[in-house]
Amino acid sequence: MSREYETVIGLEVHVELATKTKIFCGCSTAFGGAPNTHVCPVCSGMPGSLPVLNRQVVEYAAAVGLATNCTITQCCKFDRKNYFYPDNPQNYQISQLYLPVCRDGKVEIETADGKKTVGIHEIHMEEDAGKLIHDEWEDCSYVDFNRSGVPLIEIVSEPDMRSADEVIAYLEKLRLIIQYLGASDCKLQEGSMRADVNLSVRPAGTSKLGTRTEMKNLNSFKAIARAVENERRRQIELLEEGRPVVQETRRWDDNKEYSYPMRSKEDAQDYRYFPEPDLPPVVISDQWLEEIRQRQPELRDEKLARYKEEYMLPDYDAKILTSSKKMADLFEETVALCQKPKKVSNWLMVETMRLLKEQEMEPEDMAFSPENLAKLIELVEAGTINGTIAKEVFELVFRDNIDPAAYVEEKGLKTENDTDALREIVEKVIADNPQSVADYRNGKEKAIGFLVGQTMKATRGKANPAVINQLLKELL
Amino acid sequence: MDILQYTAAELGKKIKAGEVTVKEACEAVFARIEEKDKEFNCYITVDREGALARAAEVQKQIEAGTLTGPLAGVPVAVKDNMNTKGLRTTCASKILEDFVPSFSAEAVRNLEKAGAVIIGKTNMDEFAMGSTTETSYYGPTKNPCSPEHVPGGSSGGSAAAVAARECFYALGSDTGGSIRQPASFCGVVGMKPTYGTVSRYGLIAYGSSLDQIGPLCKDVTDCAIVLEAISSHDPKDSTSLDRTDTDFTSALVEDVQGMRIGIPRDYFGPGLDPEVREAVLAAVELLKKKGATVEEFELSLVEYAIPAYYVIACAEASSNLARFDGVKYGYRAKEFEGLHDMYKRTRAEGFGTETKRRIMLGSFVLSSGYYDAYYLKALRTKALIKQAFDKAFAKYDVIIGPAAPATAPKLGESLSDPIQMYLGDIYTVSVNLAGLPGITVPCGRDEKGLPIGMQIIGNCFEEKKLIRMAYTYECGRRKEGAEL
Repeated sequence: MSREYETVIGLEVHVELATKTKIFCGCSTAFGGAPNTHVCPVCSGMPGSLPVLNRQVVEYAAAVGLATNCTITQCCKFDRKNYFYPDNPQNYQISQLYLPVCRDGKVEIETADGKKTVGIHEIHMEEDAGKLIHDEWEDCSYVDFNRSGVPLIEIVSEPDMRSADEVIAYLEKLRLIIQYLGASDCKLQEGSMRADVNLSVRPAGTSKLGTRTEMKNLNSFKAIARAVENERRRQIELLEEGRPVVQETRRWDDNKEYSYPMRSKEDAQDYRYFPEPDLPPVVISDQWLEEIRQRQPELRDEKLARYKEEYMLPDYDAKILTSSKKMADLFEETVALCQKPKKVSNWLMVETMRLLKEQEMEPEDMAFSPENLAKLIELVEAGTINGTIAKEVFELVFRDNIDPAAYVEEKGLKTENDTDALREIVEKVIADNPQSVADYRNGKEKAIGFLVGQTMKATRGKANPAVINQLLKELL
Repeated sequence: MDILQYTAAELGKKIKAGEVTVKEACEAVFARIEEKDKEFNCYITVDREGALARAAEVQKQIEAGTLTGPLAGVPVAVKDNMNTKGLRTTCASKILEDFVPSFSAEAVRNLEKAGAVIIGKTNMDEFAMGSTTETSYYGPTKNPCSPEHVPGGSSGGSAAAVAARECFYALGSDTGGSIRQPASFCGVVGMKPTYGTVSRYGLIAYGSSLDQIGPLCKDVTDCAIVLEAISSHDPKDSTSLDRTDTDFTSALVEDVQGMRIGIPRDYFGPGLDPEVREAVLAAVELLKKKGATVEEFELSLVEYAIPAYYVIACAEASSNLARFDGVKYGYRAKEFEGLHDMYKRTRAEGFGTETKRRIMLGSFVLSSGYYDAYYLKALRTKALIKQAFDKAFAKYDVIIGPAAPATAPKLGESLSDPIQMYLGDIYTVSVNLAGLPGITVPCGRDEKGLPIGMQIIGNCFEEKKLIRMAYTYECGRRKEGAEL
C-alpha cells in the first residue's frame, strides 16, 4: 500500500432491555415461550389496538443515558418508522427520530494505546420486531410475535473509533455499564446486545470522512474484530485500485470471514417517519429524573476504585472481579459472609475463572451461592480440609452448588490431624521406601517430596501436608 | 304509541317501568329494519340472534335491579369501524370482509355496562374516508328523508339508522365532521366531544390525532345521556383524558341567558347555500330571543383548514392502514408471486378507490423531501387554527355556524369530483384540528325537504355549554311546533 490510511468507525448498538413486560403492552418478554404465546392485540397489530408506554423502559433508557454522560431529553417523543415486512405486525415500528430520550453523551475507553473518549450521539427507545420462521418443506413462512414489542434502546456513537481494539473496548464499556445498571444482560450471542459497525477509511492526516458502509450480523466480539479488519482492508484495496467505496449495508459471514452487500443507498427505503399520534410526549420531570439518578447503582469504574481502596486488592484483581456484575456481586456477598476479601478474590480469580474458561461459560451463567463459597473458605481456613481437597470440593460447588460442609462430613474428607495415627503411616512409608530415605539422608532434599506424596496417597489426600513434613523430618 | 317513536331516554323509562320489554324494543327495531333497510342500507351487519340473547340477559338484570341506568335495554347501532367482540367489523371495506375482532372497543364496552343492546353494525365510508357513505364496499346508504340523496358521511349509516328509526341511537366517529355532517343531512343530533373524552381503544384508526367517537341521537337529551355513558378515562388509550366533568346530563337546562355566541363571518361567506344560511341565522335569532348575546367576528384561517386536515389525516391514515397487508387477518389476494406481490395485489384488490387515493396522498406528504413542505406545514397550520379558536373563545362561550355548505347532495354526484367533496368539509374539519367539541342540531329544512343542521362549537372541555345551548334551542323549536 502506497499510502497510510486511517479507519473511522461509529457504532449503532441495540440493547434489549430487561423489563418484565413489553414496551407498549403487558405481554411477557420471557424467552422460550411457544410461538405466539406472549402476544396480545397490541403487539400483534390487531385493528383498534393502541400502545401504552412501559415507564420502566424510560427509566432504563434514562439510567443508561445518565451513566454515559448524556443530556436527558425531558420532553421526548416517539415517531413511526414505516416499512412493510411480515415480522412487523403494524408495518411500522414505533421508534424515536426527532426527539430521542438521550443525546450528546460520552464514555472513556482504555486500550493498549491508552485512554480516549468516544462520543455518544444519541440513545433512543424502540420496539423489537417478531421472528420469521421459514419452513423449507412447505415452502412457506410463519411469524412468531413473541419478540414483537420487546423494548430496545439504540445507542448511536459518534465516529470516534479508529481500530477494532477501540470498538471492542467501547462495547465492553457499554456492556459493563448496562449490566451494572441491571438494564440488560447484554449477551451478544443471544442477541440481547447487537452492534452494527459503520466504517470508512481516509488517507491519514486528512479530515474529510470517506464513504462508509454499515456491517450487520456481528454476533461476537471476535466476529466484530474480524469484520472491522476485513472491511478496512477491503475499502483500502478499492481506493488503492482507484475504485469507489459504495455506500451500502453489508452482511458479515463469520464462518467464511467475508461480507457481502445487502442493499445499497440507491435502494434504501424511505421510512416516512412522522410523530406517533397514539403516544403523547414523554415528560421526564425534574423529580422523576432525580429519582432515577438516586437509584443509579455503583458503576464499574467506582467499584474498581473502591475495591483497591477498601479491600486493598491489586489493580489486576480488581479489574477481573469487576469485569462482570455477577462476579462483583458474588465477590461482595461472599466477603460480607466470611470477611476474607483476599481469599475470596483468589477463589474467584483462579479456580472460578479456570472453570468458566474450561466450560465455556459466561460469568452471568454462574449458579453457586456466596454462602457455599464462604463455607468452603471457612473449611480451609480452619484447617478442616486441605487445599487439594478444597479444589475438588469447589468444582462441585461451582457445578452443583453443593453445601461443602455437609459434603466434607459425608465423604469423610476432613484433614487427618491425629498425629499418632499419622505417625504410624509415616513410619510405614519410611519402611517401604528405603531408597528415598537413603537419598534424603545423602543430602537429596527433594526426596522428601516423594515421601510426602506417598503419605498423602496413603491417607487418600486427607492429611495436612505441613504436619507430614514435620513428622518426616522428625523421624528421619 | 309506536315503540319506534320513543327517544332512547323515553324507551329506557318505559322499559324500567315494565311497560315495554327489551325484547319488544328489539323486535320493533328488527321489524323496521326488515321493512326499510333493503332500501336505506343503513346496516352492514345485523345481529338478530346476538341482540335477542343479550336482550333476555339485560331484561333479567333490569328486573333484578342491577341495571338501572337510562340506557338499560335500549337498542343501539354501532358504526362498523368500532370493534365488537365476536361480531364482524369491516370498516365498510373488502379487506376486512370477514374480520371478527377478539375484543370490543372501550366505548362499546361502556355502553354494554350501561345495559345497551347492540342491534348491528352500521354502514360508513370505507375506513371513514368520505362524506357521503358512498365509498362503502357494501353499497351506499340512502338518506331516509329523501332516498335519492346521500345521508352524508362517513357515519352515514348511523345517522340514517337513527333518522329511519332503525335504532334508538347510534355511535359514530368523527375525524373531520363524520358525525356532525351526516347528522345535519339526516336531521338528527350528532356530537363530537373534546379529543380524548371517549377512548379510541378498539376504534379502527383513520387519523389517530383527530378521531373521536360520539353519539348520533334523536334529540339533545339522548345525546347528553349517551355521551355521559361512553366517556371514560381509559389507560389503554394514552390520549384519553381523565375528566371529572362528564356529568353531561346536568347541562340539560333551558337557559342561555347571558351566554355569548360568536358568529364567524368566514362561515357565512360565498359558497354557502342561501337556504342553509337563512335557517342557521334564524336558529341563532331564536337563541338571541332566549337571552344570548350574538356578535359577528372574523375567525380567520378557515381556507387553510381543509388542506391542513387532508394532509394530516391522510398521513396518519397511510401508516394506520399499513397493517392491512394480507398477512395476519382480512382479505388476501388469491394469486400472487412472492411477498411483495402479495402485499400489492392484496391492497390493490382489498381497498377501494378513495382509500387508495388517501393512502397515496398520505405516503406522498410524508416522503423524504416533502415532509417539511407538507406535513410540517400542516402541523403549523393546525397550531395556528387552534390559536384562532383560543382567541375566539376568550370572547365567546360558543361559536355557531352551519355543519355543511349545502344540504345532502344526490347519490352519485360527489365521488366524481373528490376536491369538491373535500371542500364540503370546510365547516367541520377545523374543530378536529383544534380538538374541540361540536354538536349539530336540526334547524329546519330546505325547499326540497332536506334537513339543515346548525353546528355549535365550544372550547375544549366545554361540552356542557354546547348541550345547554342545543337543548335550549331544541325546546324553543318544540314550542314553536316545529317537527324535529
